[in-house]
Amino acid sequence: MSKRLDTKARIDRGRPLTFHWDGRTLPGYAGDTLASALMANNQRVVGRSFKYHRPRGIMSAGVEESGALVTLGDGNRRDPNVRATTQELYQGLVARGQNAWPNVRFDLGGAANLFSRFFAAGFYYKTFMGLPPFEWGRGTGYWMTYEKLIRRAAGMGEATRLPDPDIYDHVHGFCDLLVVGSGPAGVAAARLAAQAGLDVILIEQDFELGGSTLNRAEQATVDLSDTSVRVLTRTTAFGLYDNGVAGLLQRVTDHLSRPPPDQPRQRFWTVRATQTILATGALERSLAFGHNDLPGIMTISAARCYLNRFAVLAGQEITIATCNDSAYGAAVELAQAGAQVRVLESRTLAPQQLSQRALEAGIEIETNTAPLLARGGKSVEQIEVARGDGTAWRAGGVRACDLLLVSGGWSPVVNLQSHRGATPVWSRENACFLPGESDGSLHMAGSAAGIWGTDACVRSGEAAAAAAARTLGRTAPNVDAPRPGGWHHPIQAIYEIRVPGRRLKSFVDFQHDVTSDDVRLAKREGFVSVEHLKRYTTLGMATDQGKMGNIIGLALMAEALGKDIPEVGTTRFRPPYTPISLGALTGRNKARHFRAVRRTPMHDWNRAKNCTMTDAGLWRRPWYAARGEETLQQAYIREATTVRQAVGLCDVTSLGKIAVQGPDATEFLNRIYSNPFAKLAVGKARYGIMLRDDGLVMDDGTTWRLADTDYFMTTTTANAAKVLVWLEELLQLRWPDLKVHVTSVTDQWAACAVAGPKSRQVLEACFENAADVSDDSCPFMGVLQGHLKNGIPCRIARISFSGERAYEIYVPSDYGPALMDLLWAAAEPLAGCLYGLEALGTLRIEKGHVTGAELDGRVTIEDAGLGKMAAKNKSFIGSALRNRPALNDENRPRLVGIFPKDRAETFNGGSILCRPQTLSGHGEGWITGVTHSPTLGHWIGIGFIAGGHHPWSGKTVIAADPLRKGNIEVEIVSPQMVDPEGTRHYG
Amino acid sequence: MTRFSAWSVFCNGLTGQKGWDRQWRDPEPKSGYEVVIVGGGIHGLATACYLARNHGITNIAVLEKGWIGGGNAGRNTTIVRSNYFRPGNREFYEHSLNLWENLSHELNYNVMFSQRSHVSLLHSPAAIDRAARGYNIMRLTGSDGELWSLDALKKNVPHLNYGEDARFPIFGAAVQRRAGTARHDAVAWGYARAADQAGVDIIQNCEVLGVTRDGGEIRSLETSRGTISGRKFGFAVAGNTSRLWQMAGLGALPIETHKLQAFVTEPLKPLLDQVVVFGVGGTHFYMSQSDKGGLVFGGDLDWYKSYAQRGSLPIVQDVAECAVSMMPCLGRIRLVRHWSGAVDMSMDGSFFMCKTPLDNLYLNGGWNYGGFKASPASGWYFADLIANNRPHETIANHDLKRFERGYHIDERGAGPDPKLHG
Amino acid sequence: MIRIPCPFCGERDHSEFTYGGDGSITYPPLGASAKQWHDAVFQRRNIRGLQTETWHHVFGCRAWLRVERDTRTHEIKSVRAAHPGGQRALDKTP
Repeated sequence: MSKRLDTKARIDRGRPLTFHWDGRTLPGYAGDTLASALMANNQRVVGRSFKYHRPRGIMSAGVEESGALVTLGDGNRRDPNVRATTQELYQGLVARGQNAWPNVRFDLGGAANLFSRFFAAGFYYKTFMGLPPFEWGRGTGYWMTYEKLIRRAAGMGEATRLPDPDIYDHVHGFCDLLVVGSGPAGVAAARLAAQAGLDVILIEQDFELGGSTLNRAEQATVDLSDTSVRVLTRTTAFGLYDNGVAGLLQRVTDHLSRPPPDQPRQRFWTVRATQTILATGALERSLAFGHNDLPGIMTISAARCYLNRFAVLAGQEITIATCNDSAYGAAVELAQAGAQVRVLESRTLAPQQLSQRALEAGIEIETNTAPLLARGGKSVEQIEVARGDGTAWRAGGVRACDLLLVSGGWSPVVNLQSHRGATPVWSRENACFLPGESDGSLHMAGSAAGIWGTDACVRSGEAAAAAAARTLGRTAPNVDAPRPGGWHHPIQAIYEIRVPGRRLKSFVDFQHDVTSDDVRLAKREGFVSVEHLKRYTTLGMATDQGKMGNIIGLALMAEALGKDIPEVGTTRFRPPYTPISLGALTGRNKARHFRAVRRTPMHDWNRAKNCTMTDAGLWRRPWYAARGEETLQQAYIREATTVRQAVGLCDVTSLGKIAVQGPDATEFLNRIYSNPFAKLAVGKARYGIMLRDDGLVMDDGTTWRLADTDYFMTTTTANAAKVLVWLEELLQLRWPDLKVHVTSVTDQWAACAVAGPKSRQVLEACFENAADVSDDSCPFMGVLQGHLKNGIPCRIARISFSGERAYEIYVPSDYGPALMDLLWAAAEPLAGCLYGLEALGTLRIEKGHVTGAELDGRVTIEDAGLGKMAAKNKSFIGSALRNRPALNDENRPRLVGIFPKDRAETFNGGSILCRPQTLSGHGEGWITGVTHSPTLGHWIGIGFIAGGHHPWSGKTVIAADPLRKGNIEVEIVSPQMVDPEGTRHYG
Repeated sequence: MTRFSAWSVFCNGLTGQKGWDRQWRDPEPKSGYEVVIVGGGIHGLATACYLARNHGITNIAVLEKGWIGGGNAGRNTTIVRSNYFRPGNREFYEHSLNLWENLSHELNYNVMFSQRSHVSLLHSPAAIDRAARGYNIMRLTGSDGELWSLDALKKNVPHLNYGEDARFPIFGAAVQRRAGTARHDAVAWGYARAADQAGVDIIQNCEVLGVTRDGGEIRSLETSRGTISGRKFGFAVAGNTSRLWQMAGLGALPIETHKLQAFVTEPLKPLLDQVVVFGVGGTHFYMSQSDKGGLVFGGDLDWYKSYAQRGSLPIVQDVAECAVSMMPCLGRIRLVRHWSGAVDMSMDGSFFMCKTPLDNLYLNGGWNYGGFKASPASGWYFADLIANNRPHETIANHDLKRFERGYHIDERGAGPDPKLHG
Repeated sequence: MIRIPCPFCGERDHSEFTYGGDGSITYPPLGASAKQWHDAVFQRRNIRGLQTETWHHVFGCRAWLRVERDTRTHEIKSVRAAHPGGQRALDKTP
C-alpha cells in the first residue's frame, strides 16, 4: 500500500485540502498533484486502458503518464483525459475515473480483456466487413453497425456538451534566448545568458522550478529573482516552428479552486526567440515483461519523486528492476523511508560503489535478474523473476512485493528539436536517441542532450548559453560542452524480458494496450517500417504520443528483424509536446468575435430605422426595413415598388473604394479594365469590368474621373481587398514604370444610393442650391463634387444599379449619419423608403444586372452578357487568354432571364435548367437568383443557359430542383426583363 | 494467403496469431516490368491493383521511396465524398464513391468506410441557393444530396453553435449521406495486399533518382535499388509530381506544391456523428470524429509554397478558432498532434490524369484537396488509361492541355492561383 | 512560422504577408500571344529548393517583395523590394 509520510517534502502541510475522487472526499495538501494525493490515499486503480479496459494505476510522475488519465470537473468545466500526475491539487477538486462502467475499480468493459487473444493488433482490418463468420455481403451496412458499438467502447473521456465558459488570452513574446526547462542545465544556461546581457525567457512546465532536482532528498530551491531572466512556470513549450518561433501554453488558473474572474484560464504565447536552448530533460523508460501494466508498477524516478517531493511512500515492499545506475539513489532513499527494498539488477555486476551504499541501507540486490511476470488482481502482489546468463533469460522464482519500480533507461526529450526537422541519432553506448544536428539557433543542454551527471548538466547549460551569447555578438566565458553519457557503469540495453515457451502479455503502449506480441505480429505481417508499426498497432498514438513506449516498440521491431535500432529508424515527433486546449489556441476569437464585424457609419442609423441586418462577407448590411408586421417578402416587394415609383435610400458603404492617382492613372485603368478608359472625361464615371489574367471576369464597378490624374474606383463588396492587392501587384511587379498610386479609401467614405424617379428631388433638397444637381450639372454618368447642406462635403455620381434614375452619394465617413438624416428628411415627404439588399436584388434581377452570384469566377464577359463592352482595339489584362477556344464556344451558358410558364408559380435559385425530355445530367443551365418582380407582377429569375436566350425563345424549359421544389416549367427571356431600353435611368 | 474474416480472426486467436503472413511481399526489384508505377501511395497501389484485375496486366512494379502509404495517404483527414459538380469531376468522384461503397469486400480488407453523412453548413439564403446548384446536379446525375433545414440540422448535429452569439448564424446544410470517412492507412494496405496477391511487386525504399529517356520514350528509371526498365510508366506521386516531371526532362507543369495541415484531438466518447464542414467569413474547416474517438480536422493551406512537411502556427490557431466557433463545447478539448503534407495544387483545383509528351509515360497528379476520396477511381481510370493508351471519356478533359483550350475545371471559380483552390 | 525581414518594416511574422507566387515569371506584354500568356499564367517550375517568389506585406507597408526562400526548409536567403524604385530608395538609405 502507499501512504503519506511525515518527512520533509515540498508539500505545504500548513494548507490541508480536501478533494473528491469518484464521489469520495479525500485529504491532501497544497503542493500535491492529484496523483500524489491519490497515492497518499492508497488509490491504486485510477484509470482503464483504451482497448481491453485493463486497470491502470499511476505509472509516472510527469507528462509522460499513460495510465492515470481522469476526468476533472463538472458541467461546462468538465475536462476529460487529464493526467493526474501533472494536475495540481486544489481545494474542492473533483475528479472521476473514465472509460469505465460503473467505475474504474470495477469495470464491466473489462470483459474485453477476456477476448484479448482475438483482439490482436490490426484485427479490425480483417473482420467487421460483412456477415460473420465469412464476411458475406456487400456495401458498408455491416461495418457501420459494428462501428456504432466500437465507437461507444472506444474513446476515453466524455466531453462536455456545454460551451466552454472560460476565457483564454494570446500573448506575443520576443527574446534573445528562450530556455525550455528549469533543471540544472536550464537554470545554469539562463543565469549565464542573463549575465552575458541577453534578454532571456525561461519556461518550466511544472509549477515549481528545479526539474529533476525537485525529486531529490536534499531539497534546494531555485531562485532566479536576482537575474533579469523572465520566468514562466506552469508553461509548456508545445511546439517549435520555423525561425525561432515557439508556441507556449501557460496554465494560469488550472490549479485554483476559485479562479479570479479577471484572469484567463490559460495563455497561449507565441514567442520569437533569436536563440533557443532546450534543457528539457530525459524521461525514464519502462521495460516490457508480463503484465507490466498492473497498477503498482511505475518508473523508479516516479517513486523517488513521490517520496521526496510529496512525502508519499508508494509501497512498503518494493522491488526495483533496473539495467542502469540511476536506480540506486532512489533505492537507498526508499529504504531509508522505511520500505523493504529489493533490487533486481539485470547486469551481471551491480555497480560497486552504488551497491555498497544500498547494501548498507539493508537492500537486497540480485544481479542477472529482471522481472518476468507481475502477478496480482488489480495491483501487483508478486513478481516472477527471470535469471539471465548474458544471452538469454530463464524463469527464476517468485518475489513478493506491493510495488514494482522499473527503469529501462532514459530517453532524452528530443521532441521539440524534432519539430524543427532534426533527426535524432541513436547512441548505442547510452541506449537512447540523442539530439541530431540542428542549426545554430537551437542548442540542447543537460540530460536532453544525453548528459547524465548533474555537474555535467550545469556545464552543458552554460556551454549552450555561452554559444548562444556569442552567436548574438556578446562575450561569454569559454565553457567546454561535456560529452553525452556519464554513468560509471554502462547501461545494459534491454527492452523486454521473456523466456522461451511462455506467452506473456507484455505491454509496450499502456494506454492503447499494444503488446510486444503485437509488435512481432506487425513484423510478421510486413509492417516493419516504424511508421507502419505505429499505424498498424497504434503504438505511440495515445495521449502521451509514445513518450513511454516508442523506444521499446522500436527496439522490439529491431530485434525481430535482426537489425540495429538506427536501421529501423525513429518516428518524427509532431507538435504539441503535450496536449493543448483548443480554447487556448482560439483565445478571444470565437463566438461573435470569431471574425471581425464590419459596420458602416450608418449602422446605428439603419438599426434605428428598423433595418434588419444581414452578413455580406464580414460586413453587416441592411437586408430589409420592415414596416409594422411586414414579412421579409412583403417588405422587399414594397421597397422595390417604392424605388420604381418614388425613391429609396440604401446604405452602400461596404462597396470597395480605391483612390487611383498619378500621371499614368489613365493608362493604368485602360490596361486593367476590359472596356475603354482612355477617354473618360473629368467629371464623368464609367462602369468597368476587370478580367483576370486567364480572361475570366474578376470584378466590376464604376470608376470616376475626379481630376486629370485622380480617379475614384468602386469595387464589389466581396472583392474589395482582392482588387486592391491585384492593382498593387500590377503596379509594383509588372508595370513599375507606371507612375500610379492606389490607396484603399473604403473606410474613409460612407455611401448611400438614392434611387427612383424622385431621386433628383431628394438631392435637390439636400443642396443649398437645387440647381447644383440639375441634369445639366449632373447628367447620367456625371460626377459632382461639392457640399451638401450643413457643409457636408460630398462626391456624387449619377449611376444606377436599380435601373432607375439614381445617384450614389459619398461623404467622409463621419458624416454618414448626417447624410442619412439629410436624405431621409427629403425622401420621407416624397413617400420614399429605405431599401436593403433583398430589394436591391429584386431591382437588379429585373434589370439583368450581374452580381457575385453570376460572376462566380467561371464566366467570361460574353457569358455575363457584357461582351459588347469589351474593347476591340486595345490590349488589356486577360485579352490574350480570353480568346482561347473553349471560352468562345457559342454554346457556353449565357446570362438570361427566367419567367415561370405559369405566372402564378414560383421557383428557386440553384435550380438546374433542363430540356423537358432530358431531366438528368448536368442540364443546359442554372438559376442564380430569383425574386418576385413587383413591376411584372410575378416571380422572375436570372441565370445562365447554353447559347443565351435566343435559341430558347418560345421553348419550354424545366427548372429542375429535386432538392426542394421539383420541376417547374419556365420560359427563357432576355436578362433585361424590365425597361430594356433603359429609358428610366436616362430619363 | 489467408482470407480475412471473423473466422480467421477467431482461429488465429486460438492459435496465438500464428497463421498470418506478410500482407504483401518484399521482393527484390526485377530489371524490367511491363508497367512501372512510381509512387506507393493509394493511387499507385490502386492503379496496380486495377491493372491486374481489370486489364489482366500483372507484370507490374510499384516503386515507393519510403514506406507505402507514407505520403498524403497517411496524412489526410480521411473524408470521402462526391459532392463535386463540374462535368468530369462529377462523374469521376461519383465512380469513386461507388467503388468506396464496396471496397472492403473487393479488397477483403476492412477500410472502414463509414457513410456517416457529409454536412456542409450554410449561413445565408444565397449560400443555400449556391449549394443547391451543385447538389441539384448531383441528384440529376444519379447521386444523393439533400438540403437540411435548421431544425433537421439541430436534430442530427446537436452541438453546433446555434446560439445568439454565433458570428455567422447557421441557416441550414447541404448534405451527402453516402459520404463519410474511411481508415486511410487501411486503404493503402488493402490495395497493396490485393495488388501483391495478383503478382504486383511492391518495392519500398526505392527512390527514383533519374529517368533515362530514349527519345520520346522512357527507357528506364535509375533508382536507389538499381535500374528498372519498363514498357510503360505511370507517375502517381502527388506532392512531388514536378520533381519527377523534371527528372524526365519535361519542364514546367500547371502545379505548385503546397502544404496542408491536419489535426487530431485526444480521444473522446462519441460526440460528432458526421463530417461537418464550416466555411464562412473566408474560412474553410472540416471535422469528423475517428472511430478511436479523436476529433480529426483540417482547414486551409498554409498559403505559401512548401515541400517541408511541417506546419505553421497561424493555421493551427485558425483551425482552433473554427473548431470552437463551430462547436463551442470544444474549448477544453485538447489537440494531441498536428502534422502536414505536401500537396499538388493545380491551376484550376482539379487533377490531371492523362497521356504526356512521352509516348509511354502517363501522369496522375494535381490532386489538390481531393486525393484521398479520389483514390479508388484514380486507380481505376489510371489503369484504364495505361492499359488502353487513351483516356476514358470521364477524364478526357483532365489533361495538361486544357488550359490551352480554355477549359478550366474550377469547382471554386478561384482562377489560376494554386493556393486559392484549397 | 516564417519570419520575413521586410526591408521597409523589419522582421515580421509571415502571417502579416500574403504569398504571391513564383517570382521568376516574366509576364509578357499585354498584346503577346495566347501561348506566351498561357505559359506565364499556368506553367510552373515548382522548384524544390531555393526559389525566387513574391510576397505582399499586406498587413504592413503593402510593399510587394521578391524573396529568395528554400521551399524545403523555409529558410530565407534574401528579401528585396519588388519595385525597382523602392529598392533603389532602400539602396540609397544608409
